[in-house]
Amino acid sequence: MTDTDKNAAWEPRIVAFLCNWCSYAGADSAGVGRMQYPASVRVIRVPCAGRINPFFILSAFRRGADGVLVSGCHPGDCHYISGNLGARRKFALLGRLLGHLGLEEGRLHFTWVSASEGVRFAEVIETVTAKVRELGPARRSAGGGR
Amino acid sequence: MNGAGLSSRIAETAARLLSEGRAEVVIGFEQGSIPMRATPCLITDPADAGRLIWNAFCSNNLARYLVPGRKSAIVAKGCDSRAIVELVKERRLKREDVVVIGVPCRGMADPSAIARRFPGICVSSVDETDGMLTLYGGPEPVSVPVSEVLHASCRLCAARNPVICDIPLGDPVVENDPGFPDVEAFAALPADERRARVEAEMSKCLRCYACRNACPLCTCESCFADSSQPQWVARGTHPEDVLAFHVMRAMHLAGRCVECGACVRACPTGVDLSIFNRRLAADVAELFGSRAGLDENAPQPLAAYSMDDSQDFILDPGRKPE
Repeated sequence: MTDTDKNAAWEPRIVAFLCNWCSYAGADSAGVGRMQYPASVRVIRVPCAGRINPFFILSAFRRGADGVLVSGCHPGDCHYISGNLGARRKFALLGRLLGHLGLEEGRLHFTWVSASEGVRFAEVIETVTAKVRELGPARRSAGGGR
Repeated sequence: MNGAGLSSRIAETAARLLSEGRAEVVIGFEQGSIPMRATPCLITDPADAGRLIWNAFCSNNLARYLVPGRKSAIVAKGCDSRAIVELVKERRLKREDVVVIGVPCRGMADPSAIARRFPGICVSSVDETDGMLTLYGGPEPVSVPVSEVLHASCRLCAARNPVICDIPLGDPVVENDPGFPDVEAFAALPADERRARVEAEMSKCLRCYACRNACPLCTCESCFADSSQPQWVARGTHPEDVLAFHVMRAMHLAGRCVECGACVRACPTGVDLSIFNRRLAADVAELFGSRAGLDENAPQPLAAYSMDDSQDFILDPGRKPE
């Protein structure tokens, strides 16, 4: 069996941090619309993308996530006016820093999904799952996570 | 002006500020207990001002020693002044509480670099004249220009002259910001190699927090690393805890780190934390056009935002919202 075949049979574990006002509702609307998307995602609802401490992302990885998705409201649509804009700066830096350190490359994804975008939510999950599946299970350092 | 002349001018200035009551304390350097070391010192009595010195080993970032609410004068190089700018922006300090005695800096000498350069010599004393160090302790005295044994952070310095200054001493030096060649060189390595380098650096860490304690911008009253509820990172030197600590510390310093290198110099095991902090500084400069401590009036990049910020990292699976 090749690596690709192995990965095809393997279901990645993806932690998705979704903002309460847009992306979580977007996931809901994907469900209401009976859209199919991979069952790889574990959703954590947060009040706003701005609530997400970079540490949440690191914790998800160290506790066994193969991928992490962060999704908030589109710029301009934030329930708190600018939470997602502040978050965008923070995540731009975090993504680049982890990539620079050679950590979790291709496993950390950021996106915007609005409450009405069930279709986009399903596409995002499909895309992220496909990307992470290609990379295979995340490497854990000796000793594993806590 | 050479070090000796500056030393006496610093001492005179300190004595004057203290006796005029413009400062309760003067923060500067005195001769360390071993050669090639200057140690931070706090002078409160004008009669002690003569202890103050200035030479090529005054590398600590003295902004670390500023205490809110205490009228202080501080001997500041470029990096110290950058830290003061950030502290004032964050309202950790009031600008009017600080008298900045500005000293231009050509970079500080790294005793480890000197030891590497002259492996056989146990230096017993040093003379410094016009940027040349003469080291005694070997069979013959040896000389080396300070510029050839600089700390890594000094070679990459973006502000050698004080950014803010109340009492300028010494002649301004020519600025020579080299950009981020270190970040570019590291980024050019393959990902596996970068990860291996980072893991090798992290494996040296003892979690002693010397980096945090030396950092002029690590000003949180309680540090996430000390918190047990929630316990953000476990104590101890498990590789993942060490990495999480340093990544989070770097993120806390994003857009605030003044690249003085105090963390690297303080580290007893030589962990190269500049891999983290310099990358963030380079990204903040590229993405938000901002460099910590260089502009008193610019907002801190992570306390600000713009609708037009780059979002090329945002995943868009083909479909644009209507």
